[in-house]
Amino acid sequence: MNRKLLIPLVVFIVLCGFLFAGLWRDPREVPSPLVGKPAPAFTLAQLDVPDKAFGTADMKGQVWLLNVWASWCVSCREEHPLLVEFAKAKIAPVIGLNYKDQPAPGKQWLAQNGDPYTTSVQDRDGRVGIDYGVYGVPETFVIDKAGTIRYKQIGPITPEALEKTILPLVRELQKS
Amino acid sequence: MMRVVAVILVGVALQLALPAQAADAVPTEMDPVKAARAVKLAEKLRCLVCQNQTIADSNAELANDLRGQIREQIAAGRSDDEILQYMTNRYGDFVLYQPPFKATTVLLWLGPGILLLGGIAVLLRNLARRRAGEVAGEIALTDEEKSRAAQLLGGDTGKNPS
Repeated sequence: MNRKLLIPLVVFIVLCGFLFAGLWRDPREVPSPLVGKPAPAFTLAQLDVPDKAFGTADMKGQVWLLNVWASWCVSCREEHPLLVEFAKAKIAPVIGLNYKDQPAPGKQWLAQNGDPYTTSVQDRDGRVGIDYGVYGVPETFVIDKAGTIRYKQIGPITPEALEKTILPLVRELQKS
Repeated sequence: MMRVVAVILVGVALQLALPAQAADAVPTEMDPVKAARAVKLAEKLRCLVCQNQTIADSNAELANDLRGQIREQIAAGRSDDEILQYMTNRYGDFVLYQPPFKATTVLLWLGPGILLLGGIAVLLRNLARRRAGEVAGEIALTDEEKSRAAQLLGGDTGKNPS
């Protein structure tokens, strides 16, 4: 009899456990199917020199970061100082994907906030963004020497994500 | 006279309303069959920016771009499955409003059924028990309790409150 009374209690506790764990999960973070897959190839005009194309092929053999940004993107400002710092330390090249933006405000934004990018390319119609499954700018991809996506940061890079995930991963990938 | 005017007004209003609606749904000139396919596909896909809307419903820019992709790919002769595959390759199963049946989604698909069957099993067992006369919680009374019950119920053994 007593045992039977415990069943609802156990069910309740298990349910609470699930709900409790759910409190700390961000429903906006959708696991990307692209992690572990080859980075979609692109060749796009550069922001500074529009008549010179730049693409994934130019980064072969290097560990690099692809950062999706835009001048209209508010939370890009949040992560920008971290990127500038990362670039200053010359740890790995950061390529900017200027997503659905116009060249003029894009350039102005970089002039104002600092330019951490080895180069930025223009994705004006957002098509490369779709290939990378971008849905919330900023997003950052870590891509290895073979051109495989190893990590995707959705939303602004946080100091924790940089210290605990991105930096160790980049260092490890550079060793191999 | 009034009625005629009303009919004309309604007619004019419909004339104005209909093309506007059509233009909202499908901005490009497409044959109706393909356009209907595009809308159907868009209704199967979740907008990742506003997660509780389909791509067909959402006004987010990404949803707009993805609708464009759907139309373009239909125009290019891709099948519905190919287009859905294109979307899941980029955004994962999460874009599908109807998730696929696989190892990680077994609980999602079968859970409600299992719960229902479990509920029915418990119900049947309780009913069978009740029919057998074994009502849950019924325990035989001791002699002392019996006399006390009789007392409370106002039997001969009890004192009537004055």
